[in-house]
Amino acid sequence: MLSLRTLVASVVTACATIGTVAHAATESVTIYSSRIEQLIKPILDQYTKETGVEIRMLTDNGNALIERLAAEGASTPADLLITVDVGNLWRAADRGVLRKSDSTILEANIPETMRAPDGSWYGLSRRERTIFFDPAKVKAEQLSTYEDLADPKWKGQLCLRTGKQTYTQSLTAMLLARHGTEKTEAIVKGWVNNLATDVFTSDARLLEAIAAGQCSVGIANTYYYGRLINKDPGFKDKVSLFWANQGKGEGGVHVNLSGGGITTHAKNPEGALKFLEWLSSEHAQSGYTHGTFESPVNAKVKADPIVQAWGSDFTPDTTNAADVGRLQPEAILLLDRVGYR
Amino acid sequence: MSATVNRFSRGTLYVLPIALLTFIPLAVVVGYFLSPQPEVWSHLRQYVLPRILVNTGVLMVLVAAGVLVVGVSLAWLTAICDFPGRRFFSWALMLPLAIPAYVLAFVHVGIFDFSGPLQTLAREWFGQSAFFPNVRSSTWAVSVVLTMAFYPYVYLLARNAFRTQGQRAMEAAQTLGMSRTRAFFRVAVPMARPWIIGGLTLAMMETLADFGAVAVFNYDTFTMSIYKSWFGLFNLPAAAQLASLLILFVLLLAALEQRLRGRRQYQVAYGNSPRLRLTGSARWLAFGVCAAVFAGAFLIPVIQLVIWSLQHWREGVDPRYLGFAWNSIRLALFAGVATTILALILAWVKRQHNDTTTRWLTRLSILGYAVPGSVLAVGVFIPIAWLDNHLHAIAQSLGFSSVPVLKGTLAAMLLALTVRFLAVAFQATDSAIHRVTRSQDDASRSLGLNTRQTVWRLYVPLVRPGLFAAFLLVFVDVLKEMPITLMTRSFGWDTLAVRIFQLTSESMWERAALPALFIVVVGLLPLVLLIRHSDSTLNRH
Repeated sequence: MLSLRTLVASVVTACATIGTVAHAATESVTIYSSRIEQLIKPILDQYTKETGVEIRMLTDNGNALIERLAAEGASTPADLLITVDVGNLWRAADRGVLRKSDSTILEANIPETMRAPDGSWYGLSRRERTIFFDPAKVKAEQLSTYEDLADPKWKGQLCLRTGKQTYTQSLTAMLLARHGTEKTEAIVKGWVNNLATDVFTSDARLLEAIAAGQCSVGIANTYYYGRLINKDPGFKDKVSLFWANQGKGEGGVHVNLSGGGITTHAKNPEGALKFLEWLSSEHAQSGYTHGTFESPVNAKVKADPIVQAWGSDFTPDTTNAADVGRLQPEAILLLDRVGYR
Repeated sequence: MSATVNRFSRGTLYVLPIALLTFIPLAVVVGYFLSPQPEVWSHLRQYVLPRILVNTGVLMVLVAAGVLVVGVSLAWLTAICDFPGRRFFSWALMLPLAIPAYVLAFVHVGIFDFSGPLQTLAREWFGQSAFFPNVRSSTWAVSVVLTMAFYPYVYLLARNAFRTQGQRAMEAAQTLGMSRTRAFFRVAVPMARPWIIGGLTLAMMETLADFGAVAVFNYDTFTMSIYKSWFGLFNLPAAAQLASLLILFVLLLAALEQRLRGRRQYQVAYGNSPRLRLTGSARWLAFGVCAAVFAGAFLIPVIQLVIWSLQHWREGVDPRYLGFAWNSIRLALFAGVATTILALILAWVKRQHNDTTTRWLTRLSILGYAVPGSVLAVGVFIPIAWLDNHLHAIAQSLGFSSVPVLKGTLAAMLLALTVRFLAVAFQATDSAIHRVTRSQDDASRSLGLNTRQTVWRLYVPLVRPGLFAAFLLVFVDVLKEMPITLMTRSFGWDTLAVRIFQLTSESMWERAALPALFIVVVGLLPLVLLIRHSDSTLNRH
């Protein structure tokens, strides 16, 4: 009997869903997002308030969303995919779930290296992956590049995040784009040999380990540092930031992105494009990046005060994000080969 | 001869529709073998598989040993013996089931890691904390955490067995001259074997499919290689192929389980015999063991969750939490009812038609539990989306507007969750159905009762505690479930587990404490009910 009731309940829910979909499809924009609701909700609400356009969002892991889009095909309700990490963005385009779109507004707001060359996706925020150190043990002058951290002089002092994490993979992919397989393999091997402890599963824990004295130097994303400073302003004195690879010909700091693209089978591509353009505007960029301690992609917009405090006076890496994304699978194979876990 | 054929085909006929629910998603997964991935495979074979196979094997052996030792001994203590705190522990030791394994993992790493409070305190007192074992990547630490997360399955089922067995068998063994220890190992444990093995099977399947907890420790298991192939190498076919191997391995385990259970008839004598009163130091040892497990697996993690929740109360709290909790509860309720009914059908048919095909179909039906959630989610989602696209075309040709019919509805979500958790409900139901003795079967037949009357008058009352256990276990499991809920849910179906996922995916472990605490609280009530109910049912006899 109860199974019958369950059946009835699901049929009723199904009908209810049908009703809402049919009603909403005209105006609203539907987003699949791997950027979590807590971070993105305020800015979505702002858009609805300003334009009256309703936004519906479903969050999941980026890869699961891409598979979901592929399986749904023409019947997908999603108009826009928002995800983090250039590897995921490249992969979404490669899997054919994103469509190319032209927009002079997006092209004006977003630097060329931070969007797909064919316009299938656009970066919306930047996060640098750079070197952090314990100022009690290391002086800034001793640091220089990612590559230098492979030098035996750092033996037993380095903290790194797991190679299963997409940010590690993207950094390795950038090195691959710069140096080729052989040299990159040597660098990563050097890192592994210098590890102070097993690799971490979170950048926040890694930075805390530097503060606690477990290691004196490590590589992490800047926004985790921002979060920790936001929680405890004294954290700035325990761990310092160093912009990697700033010397001539050293290539610059690794920059990763969060970004979005319009889905191949979008029902409301115009609405999605408008929303994407709005997200890249001066007006929305601070809201999109401030709560997360990321940097805006739009050069005209100032970052969060905490982010400004560590300065934006650095040379970013100029490899196109799409190239980094493409090399990611190769980077993973390399990490496996050298035993970076 | 014709009778056998008849039985064979009828059992198969009954089980087949249920088996198909699992079989179709699994076939989708196995079907990826049609697109070979030689490059990835040669890489995996050379650099990844050797290590993760050893890791997985070691972890399974350690967790199996852990859940058996902890689960069986605690079950024995609280079911048969009497010692201070026994009443409290008998239900409190079930509570760790309310804590998802990934939450237990991130809490313990948070507490015991170098930058955690314990080691920081040690450095303040002694100037160093090098004497602390490293918890991250440590085989022992992962095994301990998974043992704490999964021992309640063994505990619950073994405890029910010991309670129904009562003291009588032990007394009989002792009058035959066995020592108490010998009687425990030679009589009590073998008599409880189907239940213990049932619990162990659940714990092993959970261990194999777990990704969340091992990922927190960065301990590489077979499941990790599946996720890596998919999420890292962007190679879903290779991931599905690896998952197929996992399915094959679990089938082997299932055959092994069948052997371990044996073909014996387990006759159960209900008896309300007096408890074994522990004396002297044994009383306090029993208390100490129960208290230690309870503290490590439940009390300390919950206290840590409360502390984190209080720290992040303001930014974390959200009026929608009640909605998330309500979604979680509804989903768990529906899935619990659906799986329990299917499990009862399976267990009953398996008992009536014990031929090889029926047995194997039954085993196949419960395989979903051992497949990592994300992979199963893809397996469920692809056929549903396919069906939907076709229904969609039909609907359009009939002049309806284009709408999803199945996908993104509660039906799709329930289907996937049912496939995943049928094993849990089945183990509990199947163990319970062993309580109905063959002589009771014969008696009901000689009284001229037909099948339906036998089921309602004999089986349902006797199996009810098992059914109740099945329902509640699935209920709690669905509360904790993450990847399937994420992949198959529709708009507006965000649950507490979805909330945890969102926060942990951004490494906001401490902020995830609040939804985690909600899950624990929501899960506690059914667990307390479960223990209360099973005890009172047994006492009535």
